[in-house]
Amino acid sequence: MRFSVRGRAVLEVALLSVLAVVMLFPVLWMIETSLKENRDVYAVPAKLFNFDVTLDHYRDVFVSSGLSVAFLNSVIVAGASTVLATVLGVPAAWAYSRFAVKAKKDQLFFILSTRFMPPVVVVIPIFLMYRYIGLIDSALGLILIYTAFNVPFTIWMMKGFVDEVPAEYEDAAMLDGYTRLQAFRKFTLPLLVPGIAATAVFALIFSWNEFVFAIFLTSSDEVRTAPPAIAGLIGGTTVDWGLVAASSVVFALPVLIFAYLVRKHLVAGVTLGAVRR
Amino acid sequence: MGTVAAHGLRKSFGKVQALDGVTLDVPDGSFFVVLGPSGAGKTTTLRAIAGLEQLDAGSVHLDGRDATGDTPAERDLAMVFQSYALYPRRTAYENIASPLRARRRSPGEIAAAVDRVASLLHIERLLQRRPAQLSGGEMQRVALARALVRSPRAFLMDEPLTNLDLKLRVEMRTELTRIHRSLGATFVYVTNDQVEALSMADRVAVLKEGKVQQIGTPAEVYERPANQWVAGFVGSPPISLLPCQAQGDHLVGAEGWTLPRPRWATAEDGRALVLGLRAEDLSVERRGDASLPGELYGLEPLGDRTVVDVRVGTEILKVKARPTVTGSPGERLRVTVDLDRAHLFDAGTGLSLAKAGTR
Ligand SMILES: Nc1ncnc2c1ncn2[C@@H]1O[C@H](COP(=O)(O)OP(=O)(O)OP(=O)(O)O)[C@@H](O)[C@H]1O
Ligand SMILES: [Mg+2]
Repeated sequence: MRFSVRGRAVLEVALLSVLAVVMLFPVLWMIETSLKENRDVYAVPAKLFNFDVTLDHYRDVFVSSGLSVAFLNSVIVAGASTVLATVLGVPAAWAYSRFAVKAKKDQLFFILSTRFMPPVVVVIPIFLMYRYIGLIDSALGLILIYTAFNVPFTIWMMKGFVDEVPAEYEDAAMLDGYTRLQAFRKFTLPLLVPGIAATAVFALIFSWNEFVFAIFLTSSDEVRTAPPAIAGLIGGTTVDWGLVAASSVVFALPVLIFAYLVRKHLVAGVTLGAVRR
Repeated sequence: MGTVAAHGLRKSFGKVQALDGVTLDVPDGSFFVVLGPSGAGKTTTLRAIAGLEQLDAGSVHLDGRDATGDTPAERDLAMVFQSYALYPRRTAYENIASPLRARRRSPGEIAAAVDRVASLLHIERLLQRRPAQLSGGEMQRVALARALVRSPRAFLMDEPLTNLDLKLRVEMRTELTRIHRSLGATFVYVTNDQVEALSMADRVAVLKEGKVQQIGTPAEVYERPANQWVAGFVGSPPISLLPCQAQGDHLVGAEGWTLPRPRWATAEDGRALVLGLRAEDLSVERRGDASLPGELYGLEPLGDRTVVDVRVGTEILKVKARPTVTGSPGERLRVTVDLDRAHLFDAGTGLSLAKAGTR
């Protein structure tokens, strides 16, 4: 069967619309719920359009619910672990790309293998270790475990970007009179910025969204990050769904904004290899 | 001062033996050409001298001092990379200034040096462009400028003219030889173009599969190739090689021809040899005692001369002739051979029978 070009375009738009509705419906529902009065949330049949808009839930997120501390914790933990993973992972990726390391493939595979298992598999042993060394229920503990998960990812992703930058720029710089590290810092590193941005966004999103470690390794409200804190709103006798929805929206926004800000770099990062050198 | 001495360089990449005991002695102030086909190990040799390659064995001495363990910066060399390796985010000016900036020269001194080298290479117009805005030939000249902006111990150049069009290449050849003479500096120059090697070099090292085949002046390499492979690689049109045997005072070809044995060649009867004849030592126009029977195979007019292809048995001989020469394919003719200038190689080892000084 053959479609005309026009028929194809129509079909494409139709299919994409269906997909968009299916994918976005929960998000739309969440946004709606966050704007509804609590009595409208439970209305049967559901009020899709004809409800009174209120921003009370958003005020509650920041004022009365105590969630603002959780959001601040999330910012600190995700930010610090991303910075750490980048600072450790980028030079490691450069070294793996540029130097003849013994059993390089095995090492890289070993590094990657730490990402094979889901967090829930190791959370109990880590819980015990953390309790023993006193890292339980601390921001530092979360930062370290997120860094441990993000470093392998950073090494793998960044190694691809470093491989794309010809080593001869560094060779030329060394002949110019720079040391090897200067050559990396002044000549290769600037070319890696798009890749680093893309990698950091992924690491940041992982740390920001992480739930399993957060709920097992932290308990107090002062240390909790947003995911377990929001989950903690559900339960008890009455659930303030409006607050849950509003805090979820607030939680999702930074990731969206960040990804939007660096979208150019994300694309540049993906297409780095296609750029003429 | 600027002597470069590499001794017994060995380097393998996995199964590939890129350098298999390369030894070069580059005298101060010489234009030293490393000539070889693609994959011979020329780039690897230069990188080893520059300190960019971890060697399996061998040493590099600069100005008589062991520099094998020195960093590239400590060696005080400048290199033109085969791929240019121009910094993509920087303008031509910044690229050229980079070696001076790395060595913390004053801005005034840097500007003066860049201007000088830019006018030397006729790239003043290009200084504010980035590499992506330059053509291949322009990038090559910027890469040359980045090397020439400084006065290092020696210049290492990896095929710096290959990407230029013929006219520019010939111009730049003269230009580079002129620069070399005016600087009096040591050049180690890599090329796969034997015309470049013969026209520019003081000394040539012929490299093949990581081994030095011969080192000498261009004339020595051309007139007295050390082995059959060098004879075949150097010279255009390529030397004609004919299998034959020594028999008494004669050389008897596999195709049935006979030639008097050159006086200088001593070989026992029956030894399998290869006779090498350069196009200019053969003639279809002159008459002489020593000649080979053949038939005209084709004509290749080149303007100033014509190369006549003559079939002798199953081999094709390339014969240099005047541009006015005519003939039709299949025509029978005799090729006169200047036996004093012929080359003889052992068919087994490929080594030349003429020892240095015997001719
Ligand atoms: N980094 C490397 N990894 C693996 N093999 C390499 C590497 N560099 C060079 N080689 C191999 O070593 C041999 C010599 O390479 P080299 O680049 O020195 O040749 P070259 O004479 O410069 O050739 P060309 O004229 O094509 O530039 C080749 O067989 C090449 O494939
Ligand atoms: Mg090369």
